[in-house]
Amino acid sequence: MPKTVIPFGPQHPVLPEPLHLKLVMQDEKIIEAIPAIGYVHRGLEKLTELKEFTQNVYVVERICGICSCMHAMAYCQGIETLMNLQIPDRARFLRVIWAELHRIHSHLLWMGLLADSFGFESLFMQIWRNREKVMDIMEETAGSRVIISVNTIGGTRRDISKELLLKTKVILEEIREDMKRIEPVFLNDYTVKHRLVGIGTLTKEDAQRHCAVGPMARASGIAMDFRTTGYSAYGELEFEPIVRTDGDCYARTDVRMQEIYQSINLIEEAIGKLPAGEIAVPFKGNPTGEVISRVEQPRGEVLYYLRANGTKNLERMRVRTPTFANIPTLLQMLPGSELADVPVLILTIDPCISCTER
Amino acid sequence: MGIMSKSRKKSPWIVHFDCNSCNGCDIETLACLTPMYDVERFGIVNVGNPKHADVLVVTGSVNNRNVRVLQNIYDQIPEPKAVVAVGACACSGGIFKECYNVLGGIDKVIPVDVYVPGCCPRPEAIIDGIVMAVGKMDEKADQFKKNSRKKTAVGVNSGAGVPDGGSK
Repeated sequence: MPKTVIPFGPQHPVLPEPLHLKLVMQDEKIIEAIPAIGYVHRGLEKLTELKEFTQNVYVVERICGICSCMHAMAYCQGIETLMNLQIPDRARFLRVIWAELHRIHSHLLWMGLLADSFGFESLFMQIWRNREKVMDIMEETAGSRVIISVNTIGGTRRDISKELLLKTKVILEEIREDMKRIEPVFLNDYTVKHRLVGIGTLTKEDAQRHCAVGPMARASGIAMDFRTTGYSAYGELEFEPIVRTDGDCYARTDVRMQEIYQSINLIEEAIGKLPAGEIAVPFKGNPTGEVISRVEQPRGEVLYYLRANGTKNLERMRVRTPTFANIPTLLQMLPGSELADVPVLILTIDPCISCTER
Repeated sequence: MGIMSKSRKKSPWIVHFDCNSCNGCDIETLACLTPMYDVERFGIVNVGNPKHADVLVVTGSVNNRNVRVLQNIYDQIPEPKAVVAVGACACSGGIFKECYNVLGGIDKVIPVDVYVPGCCPRPEAIIDGIVMAVGKMDEKADQFKKNSRKKTAVGVNSGAGVPDGGSK
């Protein structure tokens, strides 16, 4: 049987982003997948050296529009460590609330795209209808739907009023009710299970070997969640990382589904414990030294390396994003699978190409 | 109104290309299709194949790697066509203007009809931009017809006389 090469992307209906894969096929089976990236490379790390360290907050937010809040959070935490800033308690809790809202919106977005990738259009629409409620909360609390720009060095730029917090709680309850109606369709439906169960199985050893992060690792039985280290206000909130052991597409969907409920619980707990007081502290001077700052994003753990030399410009900034860490696992899963499963497999790593290529 | 111009107005099909964007504009473009904004009630359908599309929606700026892909997609869309640049990056390069790999707004490569500013623009603004592009496309169709008639009159094959398609 001769081999054929089928190009997948860069412009493909299933992905909103330009990922390009050369799939070497034998009959209907994939025997090799060769990624070709660089379509969204902007040179952002260089840009951060040209701008001042305070301006960089807005630059790193635009590494990725879906998890922008957490990028800014990781960057600000890094600079705060360098400058020995102790941010107010209220700001720490507000950061958690916004970060978890972002996680809900990102997971819902992913679920919709997954439903679309196996052709379940009405499920896609239902999930995105739910997602609009989260977007409404973000717009009311932060003034923007996607890039909310709430984090700043030394705290947050905005406060949330008591009435808005109550309203947020009511809307979150609505989302929980809606998700409870949608959950059986995703997890028990015969057709959906047919496309997810046993597809793209990643064993625990493989996940460890390829350094998988986030829901990819947790679905393969590795209880790795950076929130458990208690950065920001996570140390004062109660939660357990959600772990599944099957390692297939179904397990990954299940992990993300349960994480939506977990995030709702975390926000409710944070609102309950929200202390009064200031939301930001002023600072003087420029950062010096080097630091590694890590935050758990919807897709996994993001790592920021910052090196400053006492001037207002950073000497070097390096970002290791979760999708970059998860691409080797995708290349492990693709060989041996059917061509029809490729969109589902690519989506289960929750790819964020603009993060990866910066 | 002929059947072609009527169907173009009643149901413009869009193809979306993420050029160099941070995903913010892409998810807002996708949000337009979902029940909250539901552009399908205006007949707007998102298709994957440029050969089926009338309107090209581009998010993000152009870089050295995807400039050829963008040009390719634009060339594959049949005349008359319109281009909508969504977001600050697509309009001018935005915050990434100074990056070494960014060439600037998409109007450096292909002619743009409608600019939708904002970072990210709201779904309402994107819908407005697409509706404006459809209006522009009608003018272009008239121009296209006139041009091809003129060419046939002097004996040139009408198919060859494709206008450049870009009146800003």
